[in-house]
Formats: sequence, C-alpha cells, structure tokens
Amino acid sequence: MMSPTSTLSRALLGVLFLLVAASATATAQSDRLRGDASDDWLITGATVITVTGETLSDTDILVRDGTIADIGTGLSAPSGVETYDAAGMYVMPGIIDAHSHIAISSVNEATAPVTAEVGVGDVLDPYDINLYRALAGGVTTSHVMHGSANVIGGRNETIKHRYGHTDPAELRMEGAARTIKFALGENPTRVHGEGNNVVPRTRMGVERVIRDALTKARRYAAAKEAYENGDAAAPPEHSEQMEVLAGVLSGDVLVQCHSYRADEILMLIRVFDDFGVENYTFHHVNEGFKVAPELAKHNAGASVFSDWWAYKFEVYYSTAYNAAILTENGVTTSINSDSPELNRHLYHEAAKAQKYGGLTDRQALSLITINPARQLGIDDRVGSIDVGKDADLVVFDAHPLSVYAVAQRTYVDGVVRFDRENDPDDMRLRLDPEASVEDAFDWSSTGTRHGRCLQDVGRYGHGGTTFWQSGH
Amino acid sequence: MVFSMYIRSFLFILIAALIVDPASRLAHGQKAPGRQGTFALTNARIVPVTSEPIDNGTLLIRADTIAGVGSSVDVPADAEVIDASGMTIYPGLFDSGTRLGLVEVGSLDETRDFSEIGDLTPEMRALTAVNPNSVNIPVTRVSGVTTVITAPTGGLFPGTAALIDLHGYTPTQMHQGRVELVVLEFPSTGRQGRWDRRSTEEIEKAADKAMEKLNEMWDEAELYVRIDSARQAEGRELEDVEYVPAMQALAPVLRGEMPLLVRANKAADIRAALEWAAERDVIDRMVLSGVAEGWRVAEAIADADVPVLAGPVLAVPTRDSDRYDKPYRNAALLQDAGVQVALRTGDAENVRNLPFHAGFAAAYGMTRENALRAVTIEPARIFGVDDRLGSIEVGKQANLFVTDGDPFETKTTVHHLFIQGYRIPIESRHTKLYGEFLNRTPGVSE
Repeated sequence: MMSPTSTLSRALLGVLFLLVAASATATAQSDRLRGDASDDWLITGATVITVTGETLSDTDILVRDGTIADIGTGLSAPSGVETYDAAGMYVMPGIIDAHSHIAISSVNEATAPVTAEVGVGDVLDPYDINLYRALAGGVTTSHVMHGSANVIGGRNETIKHRYGHTDPAELRMEGAARTIKFALGENPTRVHGEGNNVVPRTRMGVERVIRDALTKARRYAAAKEAYENGDAAAPPEHSEQMEVLAGVLSGDVLVQCHSYRADEILMLIRVFDDFGVENYTFHHVNEGFKVAPELAKHNAGASVFSDWWAYKFEVYYSTAYNAAILTENGVTTSINSDSPELNRHLYHEAAKAQKYGGLTDRQALSLITINPARQLGIDDRVGSIDVGKDADLVVFDAHPLSVYAVAQRTYVDGVVRFDRENDPDDMRLRLDPEASVEDAFDWSSTGTRHGRCLQDVGRYGHGGTTFWQSGH
Repeated sequence: MVFSMYIRSFLFILIAALIVDPASRLAHGQKAPGRQGTFALTNARIVPVTSEPIDNGTLLIRADTIAGVGSSVDVPADAEVIDASGMTIYPGLFDSGTRLGLVEVGSLDETRDFSEIGDLTPEMRALTAVNPNSVNIPVTRVSGVTTVITAPTGGLFPGTAALIDLHGYTPTQMHQGRVELVVLEFPSTGRQGRWDRRSTEEIEKAADKAMEKLNEMWDEAELYVRIDSARQAEGRELEDVEYVPAMQALAPVLRGEMPLLVRANKAADIRAALEWAAERDVIDRMVLSGVAEGWRVAEAIADADVPVLAGPVLAVPTRDSDRYDKPYRNAALLQDAGVQVALRTGDAENVRNLPFHAGFAAAYGMTRENALRAVTIEPARIFGVDDRLGSIEVGKQANLFVTDGDPFETKTTVHHLFIQGYRIPIESRHTKLYGEFLNRTPGVSE
C-alpha cells in the first residue's frame, strides 16, 4: 500500500515534471512546427543538378513564395530574402518516393478482393516521425499507398513532407493526379484465397477479379452516361467503388500495381489493352526486366527496389540489374522504398543502378526524381530544378550518388523542413501524455526491413513476424 | 545506337572473360567454380590494413596463401599474371552477423533453417544447416564480402553461430578457424516492432520471465560443468553423466573454450547483459551483437572491455525522440568511447550491402580507415583468426578482392576476387540474368 504522503508527493512531482516538459516543449516546438518559416531563399554557389538539364557549377537558385524563381550566377537577394551559402555543396531536386506507407494510420482494408472505395488519404498522420526522417534523406514527396492485400486496393495519396503542420490536409499535394493500388501474385492470393477461401487463390483468379470489376465499372459508367444524356430514366445506384473504377477506365485515376512475375505483368497489360486503360505503373516488378520490351511498347512505368530480392518466392529469380535493364530498354523507371528505413537513403539506392548496370549520373538520379514524378502525374510541378517548379530542393555536402554524401538541408515549397545544423535531436511534434517512459524499439527481430504492404491483414498461418518480414 | 554499343561492350566483356578465365568456359548449374594456382597481381595499389598502403605493388598468391606483398616482389615464371593497373587490392570483408546460408527464400518456412523449436537449444549448430550452394552466396561474395558469421536466432539460446568463408562445397570447407560461438538472445525489454502491441508491463513481465529462465539454465549449466569436471578428474566415462545436449553445448563457454555471442539492443538490456556476464564470470569471453543503443552505454561497454558486433548501420532509430542519424553514428560513437567494433548487416540475401553499411558509418563520423578495419582486421581479432585473416600479409590466407575504387563507394566495381586462394569468377544469378535479359532475344513480338 502506498502512503497518502507518497501519493501526494508523486502527484506533485508529476505536475512539476509536466510543467517542465511543457515549457521545454513550447520553446522547441516553435522550431519544429516551423510556423513562421520563410519560403523565400537565395541559395548561392552550389553545384546545381537539375536532372532534366545540365548540371551547373557555382550557381544560385532564387526561391520566391515556395517556387523556383530564377537559376543563374551572381543572383542577388531581394530585400528580406535570406541567403544560404551552399558553396561546395550539391543541390538536387527533392527526392520522390513512389511507394511508401508512412504517415498513415491504416494500410490495408483487407476485407475483400476489391476495395476501390477506400483511400489512405482519409487516414493521414502528420505526426509520423518518418516524415522527418525521410526529409533528412532528401525526400520531399511520397506516394503513400494502400497495401497489397487486395487485388484492387484503395486509393493512394501523393503527399509533400510538410512536417511541422499538424493538420493532415496540409500534407496533401494539391492537384496531384489521383491514383489507385492494384496488387497481383502472392499477397492477394494468400490473403483472400488461402486466408478467406475466396477467389483469387491463383494468378488465374487475379485476372478474373480485375476483368469482372472493370466490366462492372464499364457498365456503371455507361448507365450513368445514358442517364446524363437523357437516354435512361434513372441513374445507376451510386457506388463509390464503381465511381473510382470508372475513373480508372476514363484515365482520371492512375493505376499503380504491385507485381512481381513476368506472366502477371503481361496479364495486366493485356487486360488494360482490352479496357483501354493507359498510363499505369508496375511497382516492385522484380521480373520487369524479363518483359522490358513489352513494358516499353505499352508505355508502362516500372517502380522497383534497387536490390531487394529472395524475401519471397516470387522474387527469387530477380536481379539488382533490374533498374538498369528497364532503363536501357526505354521503360520509365523509378526506384522506391516501401520502407521507412530505405526511404532515408534513396539517393544511395539510385547509385546502385550505377554499380549494377552502369547508368549515367543523370539516368540514376532520374530514378528518384523526374521519373517517379512522371509516373505519378506530377512532373509539371516537381522532379527537376526548373524555373516555375515547386522549390523542393535538397542540399548535400557531396555528390548525392556518393555513399559519403550527407544531406544538409531539405526545402519543401521553399520552406526549410530539415536542417542538419540547426534542428534539435528530438523532432517529435507531440508527446504522449499517457506514456511514462518512451518506447524503445528492438528491431533485431525484424532486421532492417519494415515493409508495411501487408499491415492490418492479420497473420494467416505464418505465425508472428514471418509474415511481416516478407510483406512487400 | 546506345543499345548496340551496350551489346558490343557486353560481348567484349563476355569474350574477354572467356579468354582470361578458362574456368568460366565450363557450364555450371549451381555456382561458378573457382580455381587455385599461382597468381601475381601486378601494378596494383595494395591496402594491407595492418600497414601502410603500397602504391604500384605486386601481390603473389600460391595455393591458398599470400606468398608475397610489396613493391619489389619477383613474379615467378609459373605465375598467372593479372595486371591490376589503376586498381586497389583489399583484404576480404567480414560481416560479423548474418543468416547467410541458413535461409534461401525469406517467406518460405521450408527454406528457413535459423530458428529451431524451443527457447533453450544451444546444441543447434548453424554449421549443420549452412547450404554451401545457396544462390545467396555468389550474390554476396562478388561485392567483396568473403567471410561471415552466420547465426541462428530466436528464443534464448538458439544455437551456435559459425565463421564461414563464402567458398567451398561443404560446411567444413567453408568453416574458418573452427570458430563457433554460443548465441544468447538476451531478454529484451524493447518493443519488437510496430506490430508488438503489448503494454510496457507485459513486455517487462516477459523479459523478467526470460531472465528467470536464463538464470535457471545457467545454474544448471554450472552444476553440469562441476559434475562433468569431477567425472573427468575421476577418469570416468562421459556416459556416466546424464545426457543433456544443451548442457554439453554450454559447457565449453563456461570452461572458457568458446565465446558467448550476446545479442542486445536496448540500452537497459545491454547494461543488464554486462552485469549478468560479470556476475556469471563470463564477461571475458563475451561478444555483444546488435547494440543499436550502444551509444547510450558506450562507456559501460568500454569499461567492461567487451567487443561489439554493431549493426545494421542502415537502420532507423530505436526511439522516436532520437536524432535521425543515431543508427549511422552508433558504431563511431562506440569506437570513440574506446570499444572494439566490428560491423554486421544482420541480413541474409543482401549481405552484399556490407560495404555500404561501412560507408554510411564513415559518412557519419567514423574515419574511413576505422570503417575498413571494422570489416577486416577487427572482426578477425575478435574471432581469434587474425593470424590467418583480416589483412594482407605474407603467410595469411588469400582472401582478397580487387576494385576500381574506394571499396565502400556505391558505384565501385569488384574486378577480381580470391577466397582461400581460389580465383572466383565475378558471377552470380544477378549478373547472369543481366547478361540474358539486357537485350532479350526475341524482343517484343507482334
């Protein structure tokens, strides 16, 4: 039993602690929220890697209202605009991660093979520290995706890493193309076929699920059009799922499809040919290199890992030369992370395409900038350093394709959201008042790999962490 | 145009490979075989690690041994000369913590041989289950990683780890210096991942329970060793003591004949492990592994004079409040405190990324020299094989690789590789698929 005095003194101590913590947080938090941060900058004297154009030495970049206003030499700062001396540094466009599951509180609506009606944009979490950690690796835009449990999953959300805002809506990249997650192969067949005993259990079933859903959507769209043209007395009963899939057919919603094997890639190409769907991207696509000519012919994108393989059977016959083979065959290719660890060093992952296949600097850096921008339909805004584009920039102390490069500053819409020199160690935006001691993760059981593609699915027959570890 | 240039350069490489290395003419279904002989690597920069680099030197290999190193080494008439102009020779890299060879395909239980049933199974030997023909092995070694610790995981005592070279057709041929270590997964008070939804109390309770189990086990082991020592003193047969395989497996550790590899990551767990080992009088044979929060208790580790196998370096911080780069800096901070450090990836199929773990450690605070030591001579010393491995010295085993640049830089290419004196083709499933599919024939058809 605790004595009344000790309870009282504990309570007092607690209050005292909270007061101290609150005041400490208040000062620090103003830095972290970056409430009054400027979006006007003059960055001077850097090597500017534009990616789409030439690499310019000893060059300045003027940022006004979060946009790249000028690129040149000897630019002077308009009054009130702060200068960042980047002499000896390298500036590249903010990195775009085409496949991520950070900053969302749910990943999979794993209740049916088709769930086009949901979207991860509804569950954005602006407090996720992974947003900041990715900024420290130069990432400014992430394509946050639904998981791969379902053949047709939910809609994804393209976000900017505006870490510091606490309103989820502020993360959204306004005007970005709408996208949806599809998934082929082992994950949906395991979750639904093996797990729930519903189609699909095989890659044959996966094709049927997609054809059936798109056929229904085509009829839905036709019925709707008939009503709008006055050819039908009533519209079809509203279905959010059908609305989204009709958007896929009309080209308003871009398909981003989890895939691995050559056969299933070819299957989806045939299906999309039949339904007139264009402008889609295969993700992971470890066997993309085996059908690179077909991908190029159909103008399909590929978003790959630099070197992940052998974590499941459908990636056993794959190669780290995937990105290079795809690129050399004319496929628009990006390298993504699918991981809050890997997204911290996508610049390094891009460099691996030089080790494995000898891509040029420009080809390698395109994999994490302009190419993912094209795949996501945001290349008019981001992905290169050009006048008029968003001032999403990352400053490295060495060439970003070097393993020794360390990011110094990351700008999102002209605002410094990562500053190696000045940021405090603890960059959390809020503390959990319930937690007496902060959790420490012991990652030893999961290693360096924290895929969330199958989060929220449960653990069908694979006991514990196994399922998670291989959950890409 | 670009394509045809690629075809030409690729064909050139292919033809050059055929001329230079007759061994690659033979078809092989599992992995490219190496061959021994007398090799002279000439005009090379040599980085021995344990002494100053040699510019424009010659390195002579005879059978499995380095027979000559220096700027004035005579090239014997029977030597096969490899001109290494513009290239650098490094000792083979060590990864001090992997599952290489114990798992082929991560998600397939049938291929996962690193975790037996039961928490107390120190008698399980990694060496038994290492698959010498794993596709992962050639994929790994062509990046310059020649030697790894491969270890079982899970429970408290998952078994013994072994030091292996990435060449050989039997585990015995791969085994280096007969090095085996009993693995102890020290009871963890950390959250095991985002999916671990246990309350703090539940986590602590589980750790306490594991700690009890550990102490019971160790009490028994101490008793077993006393009984067994008495048996030996009396000259009686092994059959006279009860057959307890787990105890027989722990006995060499208690007797100081085998090291104890203790995995711990959270600061409190590392401290507890050090205290436990001191109490049990095994701290002199203890090696810490993982140590993600080692930087928090670096002084204590240094004071205890316990070496660490740190990593993975490419990892996320253990706490949301920690500075983002702590995992990159951990090994350097440990070194700065005076701890002997070797690096590990903790990986299986991507152990090939070891040079990049070292590169990130170097980018974030470690000197490049120390990073190189942490994947060569330091692990060799920690595992007691520095008389044979870990540096380029006459008389040492010829485990080495030749690059066109800094061994940690991402785009650096490994051009030649020797393990146990075997010249090993730079070939793996990944390079072969590249060769087959860069310009696929037939291409797209209509």
